[in-house]
Amino acid sequence: MSARDDILRRVREALDGVSPAVEIPAAPRAPDRGDLVALFVERVEDYRAIVTRCAADELEQVVRDALGEARAVVPPGLGVEVAGATVDDGLTATELDAIDAVVTRAAVGIAETGTIVLDHRPDQGRRAISLVPDLHVCIVDASQVVADVPDAIAVLDPARPLTWISGPSATSDIELDRVEGVHGPRTLHVVLVG
Amino acid sequence: MSGTFVGMPAFPTAAREALADTQQRRNLAHATRTIRDKRAAVVAEVEDWEGLRLAGAAVKEAALRDLATHLETLEESLTRAGAIVHWARDAEEACAIVAQVARDHGVDEVVKVKSMATGEIGLNEALEAEGIAAWETDLAELIVQLGDDLPSHILVPAIHRNRAEIREIFRRRMGDVGRPAPEALTDDPGVLAGAAREHLREKFLRAKVAVSGANFAVADTGTLVVVESEGNGRMCLTLPEVLVSVVGIEKVVATWSDLDAMLRLLPRSSTGERMNPYTSTWSGVTPGDGPQEVHVVLLDNGRTRALADDVGRQALRCIRCSACLNVCPVYERVGGHAYGSVYPGPIGAILNPLLHGVSDEQTASLPYASSLCGACFEVCPVRIDIPSVLVDQRAAVVDSHRGDRVPRSGSHWQEAVAMKAAAWTFSDSRRLRWAERASGLAGRVIGRFSRTTLPGGRAAAGRLPGPAAGWTGARDLPAPPPESFREWWDRTDGGRS
Repeated sequence: MSARDDILRRVREALDGVSPAVEIPAAPRAPDRGDLVALFVERVEDYRAIVTRCAADELEQVVRDALGEARAVVPPGLGVEVAGATVDDGLTATELDAIDAVVTRAAVGIAETGTIVLDHRPDQGRRAISLVPDLHVCIVDASQVVADVPDAIAVLDPARPLTWISGPSATSDIELDRVEGVHGPRTLHVVLVG
Repeated sequence: MSGTFVGMPAFPTAAREALADTQQRRNLAHATRTIRDKRAAVVAEVEDWEGLRLAGAAVKEAALRDLATHLETLEESLTRAGAIVHWARDAEEACAIVAQVARDHGVDEVVKVKSMATGEIGLNEALEAEGIAAWETDLAELIVQLGDDLPSHILVPAIHRNRAEIREIFRRRMGDVGRPAPEALTDDPGVLAGAAREHLREKFLRAKVAVSGANFAVADTGTLVVVESEGNGRMCLTLPEVLVSVVGIEKVVATWSDLDAMLRLLPRSSTGERMNPYTSTWSGVTPGDGPQEVHVVLLDNGRTRALADDVGRQALRCIRCSACLNVCPVYERVGGHAYGSVYPGPIGAILNPLLHGVSDEQTASLPYASSLCGACFEVCPVRIDIPSVLVDQRAAVVDSHRGDRVPRSGSHWQEAVAMKAAAWTFSDSRRLRWAERASGLAGRVIGRFSRTTLPGGRAAAGRLPGPAAGWTGARDLPAPPPESFREWWDRTDGGRS
């Protein structure tokens, strides 16, 4: 008998006579916390990320300021002019490692938890580009901000690879004290438009 | 490369040694207090935490009760998404599958995301035996691996080490396996994390094959989920060409929307954060993005044994948050090594016997590694009633020795003898009366000679000799009352005279 059939047989035997009916109560929702965008900003800042709010026509300038001298890579469909940036066309990990920063958009922002979700469409690029460079400038439109995790789950497509980002890379592995900055981008700069 | 739990002594012996390590006790007390406070603060922020727990528990329970269906659906969705699905009955089969994938690609090293399942099956040792180095990339796992140490906590395997010890391990060992620690290494956690970043970066950049586990596997979409903090998970899941994920069959949830409750419960319970820094989800292969060859190993290794246990089944709901470890008064004092498994603490005390049975003395000692205070159940995000399962597993240990002709050491035979004697005494009123007279006499003797007085003025026996010493060594035995209830009733006509 194959391992597959053997395991499935053991599972069925183990559950012989056990009713599969379990009622799953709806997960409770967080109460209405008023201004979602303000909450989102507050919660992202709690993770020691930088947040800049701006109007749509200020975006280019804000991104330029966020990057400073840093050399940046951008996804092919970013839709914002970033002077001197390399457009990703399948750069290797080693090539990415020589680049200081990345500018992407996002798919969703979650106010309750201060989380940004990337679904890696052309305006966000491959997963590697928002991982290897040390500074991540992430553009979120105010209209993309939802209240809580269930709202994000509802709009995200699980067939796409997703990266949920809550602040810069961090660890609590030394005496359970949180320190920012391990393998992922050590600086997360969220630019909130609108 | 790292140590092994094989041949560990039973819990009481291991615990006694651990208790003597004052450095470790200080480290643990500090770390568990920190994380308890953080968890309490973010849990208090959720208006209906109990409602969320109920939802989370039901999601996992529903998945378990129809597991065969969900596993078949998962296999189908994964295959459709381009993943290659393997099944492994036990540790040996799972390790062989991973080793085969590594050999097929001609590599002599793999990078690893922290994974309890691969620790459970001893994957690193199995790969090492095949000449394949498995680099742990989680900071705490790296500390354990470089220190030739054993993990002592589910979330933070190096919780028993403080910053000074970690600095010493990095300084001494990093150079042996790659980029050495910088000369100016201090014991500042930020500097230590920076050293790990530098050390591992070259390994991430050159790795061809990565090995991960998964926190959840969504049956209807074929999505695997890895919840992490540092970004080492993202590195492993994204940069290499080949990814192998070893996933326990109990990690399945039925639908994508089932993740909602789980992703809200896990970070708050685990690291005490509203959300962990990074969560990655992927469904098979995404053309042009990330690994283009994706393997998933569905692992049994005792899980079907636990599934068949009507009381213990709920332990398979566990999402490995380690909240139960952080609140456990036993864990806080003895640490994780004493449990002799990658799964320590209250959840380990039930999971290990459920997965492997209680036939060996070490595992059989685990259900007793608890005061049954119930704090673990209170914090468990998926409402595993750990104290009830502990009691049930104690019964399993006793049951496994019922047929013994000769009492075995560690089989709690003194207790069995005492219980048999009690049953014989209580089954006959005359025998009970004699026993009460004897105990009244003993009470009067103890009352006269005892030097110990309990609060309220009652005398207590000191340390008793023989088999009772184990009990009285840590407790006061109150002196039996000089008069039994029945004697008092006869003498006073039920209190009327």
